[in-house]
Amino acid sequence: MNFLIDDAPALVVVLPLIVSAIIAFMPSSRWPWIISMITLVVHLFISFELLSMVQTSGVILYEFGNWQPPWGIAFKIDGINIGLQIIFSSFVLITTFYSRKIFLSEIHPDDSGKAYSLWLLAVGSLNGIILTNDIFNLFVFLEISALSSISLIALGAGMNRKALLAAFNYLIIGAIGATFYVIGVGFAYSMTGTLNMSDLVIQLSQYSTGQLAIFAGMSFMLIGLMVKSAVFPLHLWLPPAYSYAPSAVSTLFAALATKAILYFFVRLIYEVFTFYDHYLIIFLDYVLMPLSVSAIFVGTIIAIYQDDIKKLLAYSSIAQIGYITLAFSMNDQSGITAGFIHIFNHALIKGGLFMAIGYFAFSSQDRVTLSSINGYGQKYPITSFALLICGVSLIGIPLTNGFVSKLYLFQALYYNHMFITIALVAISSALAVIYFWKIVESLWFSSIKTEVVSEDPAIYIPLWIVAISIIIFGVFSAPIVELANMASINLFGGISN
Amino acid sequence: MSNSSLIIFGLLVPLLSALGSYVFQKNINLRDSFGVIGGIITFIISLIIFDGIQNFQEFSISLFPLIQGVDFTFRVTPLGSIFSLVASSLWILASIYTIGYMRGAAEDNQTRFVIFYSIAIHAALAIAWSGNLLVLFIFYEILTFSTFPLVGHKQNAESQAAGRVYLSILVGTSLMLFLPAIFWIWFQTGTLDFKSGGILDGKFPTEYLSFLVALLVFGIGKAAIMPIHRWLPAAMVAPTPVSALLHAVAVVKAGVFSFLVVVVYIIGPEYLFESKASDWLIWLASFTILASSIIAISKDDLKARLAYSTISQLSYIILGAALATTFAIKGASFHIITHAIGKITLFFCAGAIYVTAHVKKISQLNGLGYKTPLIFFAYTLGALSIIGVPPFVGSWSKFYLILGSLEADYLFVAIILGISSLLNIYYLLEPVFVGFRKKLTKDIHLTNAPLAVWPPVVTGLGCFVLFFFANYFDEIINGVLFL
Repeated sequence: MNFLIDDAPALVVVLPLIVSAIIAFMPSSRWPWIISMITLVVHLFISFELLSMVQTSGVILYEFGNWQPPWGIAFKIDGINIGLQIIFSSFVLITTFYSRKIFLSEIHPDDSGKAYSLWLLAVGSLNGIILTNDIFNLFVFLEISALSSISLIALGAGMNRKALLAAFNYLIIGAIGATFYVIGVGFAYSMTGTLNMSDLVIQLSQYSTGQLAIFAGMSFMLIGLMVKSAVFPLHLWLPPAYSYAPSAVSTLFAALATKAILYFFVRLIYEVFTFYDHYLIIFLDYVLMPLSVSAIFVGTIIAIYQDDIKKLLAYSSIAQIGYITLAFSMNDQSGITAGFIHIFNHALIKGGLFMAIGYFAFSSQDRVTLSSINGYGQKYPITSFALLICGVSLIGIPLTNGFVSKLYLFQALYYNHMFITIALVAISSALAVIYFWKIVESLWFSSIKTEVVSEDPAIYIPLWIVAISIIIFGVFSAPIVELANMASINLFGGISN
Repeated sequence: MSNSSLIIFGLLVPLLSALGSYVFQKNINLRDSFGVIGGIITFIISLIIFDGIQNFQEFSISLFPLIQGVDFTFRVTPLGSIFSLVASSLWILASIYTIGYMRGAAEDNQTRFVIFYSIAIHAALAIAWSGNLLVLFIFYEILTFSTFPLVGHKQNAESQAAGRVYLSILVGTSLMLFLPAIFWIWFQTGTLDFKSGGILDGKFPTEYLSFLVALLVFGIGKAAIMPIHRWLPAAMVAPTPVSALLHAVAVVKAGVFSFLVVVVYIIGPEYLFESKASDWLIWLASFTILASSIIAISKDDLKARLAYSTISQLSYIILGAALATTFAIKGASFHIITHAIGKITLFFCAGAIYVTAHVKKISQLNGLGYKTPLIFFAYTLGALSIIGVPPFVGSWSKFYLILGSLEADYLFVAIILGISSLLNIYYLLEPVFVGFRKKLTKDIHLTNAPLAVWPPVVTGLGCFVLFFFANYFDEIINGVLFL
């Protein structure tokens, strides 16, 4: 078991990738899932192992093949990403548990091995994005995750052919984003001769004034990541991708995919580019912040007019990503705390919502629209009630974790004297009630009478784990807030002001 | 039973009553009796707590921390003990009345109705006993959501539209204005606990206080000050027991109660009075009083008229809070009691007329007074009390409010209160005159529904009897300012 400890940082990424190759050609429809579950249980175990290691030693630097950075590739695990790692690992496990029936109903049973192979590939690469300390290595993980995601989205074609178009869109737009990013990496490398993030910080500090090439590189990298994390107005690939992907895939992506990239985005801004604060302030104040506020409004308002519920949730995700980037744009520790808190909380909320809607899609074998779920509140009481909890949390009612997010976001805005933005956020959170309430009205207050159907525990147990976590982290917010605080203190310690 | 467990028990009773109604939904008599029994038990508990508060006992329980410096705490304030007493005592009568009305009008989905009715009472009690502003906010929202199924009860297009107006205004204002105001107070003071004299003095930039007052009075949409009043007439599509207990007592009183609590225990009346931050609100409340009275006159539908009358009366309480003098606060607190009992009487009567004679419009009441004298008798008592005629209990609270306005040197407010009383006489007593003066124009088949007729008689007589206990009330209300 010693290697489990020594090589833990590598294992959380490598293990899913290796297992993914093993199960790819399994003909059985059951075993790939079982093996994936075992892998992810081990994955979670290692993640907690990493947490205890970080708590005792602070920072873990893992050098691949004992090649010293800046030449070799290194993973870095510290207070900033360990919280995300734990959330990521636990949520992946829950989603995988949830996925079995739903996923298999949407694809050909013989494809089970390939599907779970892609699934683990996505998990491993997203996990790599969280842990890597090397900007080029990140590009590799971005590409692996993009390719696996595109294939997973295309699997939705069994249900609706539009999934193919959505996947193709994502392929093109995602490739543009990745290209932007890698061009930026090229600029940075040509100026500094390094790809390692810790080293890059030191190298960049020598060019602290006016190197146009570095500005160009930074801009390319940041915009590339904004495409990948669907920051408005670069979000167009996301709604079709989330809404036509198989339900289990939507759940995984909505909860985790953009979050992992957003994490890297914020780390790049506040850790690597920290010596360019005159540039950063322009980017944050005049680019990211207005775009975030627009995202909040545009996402919410488009969501109000959606009839297809998965699309509705996807547009709501655009707005929620706006909240996260708004918090990150504040150039202030309280803002970064708020952003991380919302990354955690929104993963739970949106994951739960997609799980519930996924079940409705599974049971009706059709698109889920506002009119198709009429009376489902009586038909599927257990699922519907969990959906209600997630939705109430999305609005930010107290006793749910959405409220905690909102509280810290308001606090950060208040400390930064952004009173107009407070008003705008308050208005948009009230607008969110409209689209959520449309779902509630269809579920419970339509005139259609239905009988109670016995629901599938394999689906509602993971859903309820999420719903109960929403309440628990809403009432006892301390653990999440502490993780986020640890992240923001570690991250913001670096910036010079 | 210890003081703290008494609070928890008191809050659980309405929930248990809802559960009982759900479990025994097949046996309709048993199902409906849970409301009455629950009402009696919560009334007794409210009475014990009320009595304890009078003897300076402490009723509080802190369950778990919510955010830094703010726990999930119930702590009964003197004002809260009054509100819970009003809500629970009227719940007994309202649940008896509900049985008579719902069966008389043969409504569908009666089980869902009684369940959400009980949950709404639970939320109202929790608002009354909450120990800080955040807990109050939580139950404020629960009250909104739990009354939505009652407003949309009929499930037709009209009630669905009304339900949307109701929900979007109440939830929208609370999320857009009330919650940011709560956050603001918390950012400035680090606490949200209720204290006598308030928590803001010295910790809040006084130049922004009038802005905070605006966030609060518009954010607490349940207080129905213009222009945030549209939800109340919309909510009148609900069955009358809902209008009677919830939209004349529990919901709207929760609104004005919340605002009064904020003024008395968060901002502090003295601080508010000296800062002059609520001067504009005095004008707006006065405007609301007159404007809604005038709209009320134009309404022919009895319930709609009563709804606008409620908006006008709620602004009396906001006016009292905005004046922030000792007499005005006393008058506002007292008005919570007197208006509740008066207005529930009127709504009970409106519903009773509908169930017995199937008439909703005032112009169709012709001669009905001779057919249903008991209802009209009760209605007259309630109307006189709200107008403020002695010897009815409503005269006391109006008297205090007038004293309060003179104390604050606002003569025009006293004049407006006088004009409003004149308008009240016109639009509240018109139905009585129509009922007795004119001849019966059409043949009306009367349905017998005694359970819907006797509760208003009881509350109507209450308006008369309580007049003579003014001394006792005076003592209670003196305690409001001291926690």
